[in-house]
Amino acid sequence: MAGFIALAYLIAASLFIIGLKRLAAPATARQGNFISAIGMLIAIVVTLFDRQILSFQWIVVGGVIGSAMGLWMARAVKMTAMPQMVGILNGFGGGASLLVAAAVWHRLIQPGAFLPVETAVSIYASTLIGGVTLSGSIVAAGKLQEVISGRPLLFRFQHALNLILCLSIGGMGTYMLISPGHPGVFIAMNVVALVLGVLVVIPIGGADMPVVICLLNSYSGLAAAMTGFVISNHGLIIGGALVGASGIILAQIMCRAMNRSFANVLFGGFGAEVAAVAVDRGLAAKGVRETTAEDAAVLLSYSRSVVVAPGYGLAVSQAQHQVRELADLLEKRGVTVKYAIHPVAGRMPGHMNVLLAEADVPYPQLLDMEQINPEFEWTDTVLVIGANDVVNPAARNAPASPIYGMPILDVDRARHIIVLKRSMNPGFAGIENELFYNEKTVMLFGDARKSLTRLIDEVKHV
Amino acid sequence: MTEGLVILLVIFVLAMFVGFEVVTKVPTTLHTPLMSGSNAISGITIIGSMVVAGMGATTLATIFGVIAVAFAMINVVGGYVVTDRMLQMFKRKREAER
Repeated sequence: MAGFIALAYLIAASLFIIGLKRLAAPATARQGNFISAIGMLIAIVVTLFDRQILSFQWIVVGGVIGSAMGLWMARAVKMTAMPQMVGILNGFGGGASLLVAAAVWHRLIQPGAFLPVETAVSIYASTLIGGVTLSGSIVAAGKLQEVISGRPLLFRFQHALNLILCLSIGGMGTYMLISPGHPGVFIAMNVVALVLGVLVVIPIGGADMPVVICLLNSYSGLAAAMTGFVISNHGLIIGGALVGASGIILAQIMCRAMNRSFANVLFGGFGAEVAAVAVDRGLAAKGVRETTAEDAAVLLSYSRSVVVAPGYGLAVSQAQHQVRELADLLEKRGVTVKYAIHPVAGRMPGHMNVLLAEADVPYPQLLDMEQINPEFEWTDTVLVIGANDVVNPAARNAPASPIYGMPILDVDRARHIIVLKRSMNPGFAGIENELFYNEKTVMLFGDARKSLTRLIDEVKHV
Repeated sequence: MTEGLVILLVIFVLAMFVGFEVVTKVPTTLHTPLMSGSNAISGITIIGSMVVAGMGATTLATIFGVIAVAFAMINVVGGYVVTDRMLQMFKRKREAER
């Protein structure tokens, strides 16, 4: 029976890999997710035959509660709130790993039981990574939901404190290897890990959240893999490792898209200190050109090609449906409409793609930065909606700017630029954007959704 | 270091490589569903949670196990359902609605 169960886990793990492979194309992705879910179902069903399980009542209780909550969350969540959703799901995964390892520890320190050093190492790794994932994800989700301020929170000796906490975890862990039966030390170690999870996420600003969410995603997988070491389960190790790898790759892609290193994102507190960077006085004196919905509508209607460059502001005002409505109207007039998606636009990888997909924008119209950048030169009008740093030419030509070197959407190469923006407040990173002062740029101030609704009305009357 | 542990490490490292290979091929468009979908896979901790909740070792272990089962199921069900919700929105052409 044990052999049969192990084989079933191998099948489950294979289905996870096939499922992830199918995620490589939008046409097969949904099927891939289904295949992966079948793998999970197989894993759960065969585990019920595990001889170690003596009673099922508690499994059923936990399973029913968890399934109901998961189903409710997945159904109720708005597409704009997807980053928080993924963040909080990471947290639950980490929490589960923490609890499983802690339960195994408690069983093995009972009189008569024996805790081998190897198992102890994996138990501590599992509870610690799980703990950091749990508390870090809660803080990240809180920041994304704006329950906690999205600004980076920095204080003196922050890094020193984190180092001390890490060292103390190491010390307690080593002590626990020698004499594992001390609940006080075990609890203290895990409390410190939870505190550490909070401390590593609070100094990271909202715009850097894509990297953090990816890393926490990776940790939730690694915690699961460590739990696999604890109970010697191949299925857990493979599943956890796949997720661990996936999170690391995504975090890397995000860092590259911002031209920053992991270390810079994690320790930089980006956005907290840039207020000190002097704003170009000449720029500010030039002033911006404000436009009306009527004029902007005329400009759009008489363009041959329009590229929409969306940013986090689109998600905030939930304007994705209005964008598509405007695009439809323009297309009916014979205007070509495309979308330029910067890899770090929004608060998580692929955030803009999901929002626009929700509004039924066909995905072939969504172009990556590399695909769209050569096209801006031939574009009549770019409509920037709630994006700021990802379209800031300072990244190309201002070596003093904190975002210098970051790959951006070259929207300033288009013939006309219309920027929809709430106000002239600088963007998240607090960096002045010279695009707004460009002679080709006009600004349409106001909430993105309201501005778009006005544009739709005006385009109808052109 | 026992042979058993070495085998587990081999599996872990090779699975990481497979993960790197497979995930690199996922296009930017699908990165959000990839995250929520892989998140659901990390709910594989459900296996461990079920064993711990069901083996009746100590009361504390059982309590931890039940909470772990609930957490992992939120991860599994929430992850797969929300991924499916997102993926069904990705369309090549506009559907018959208009």
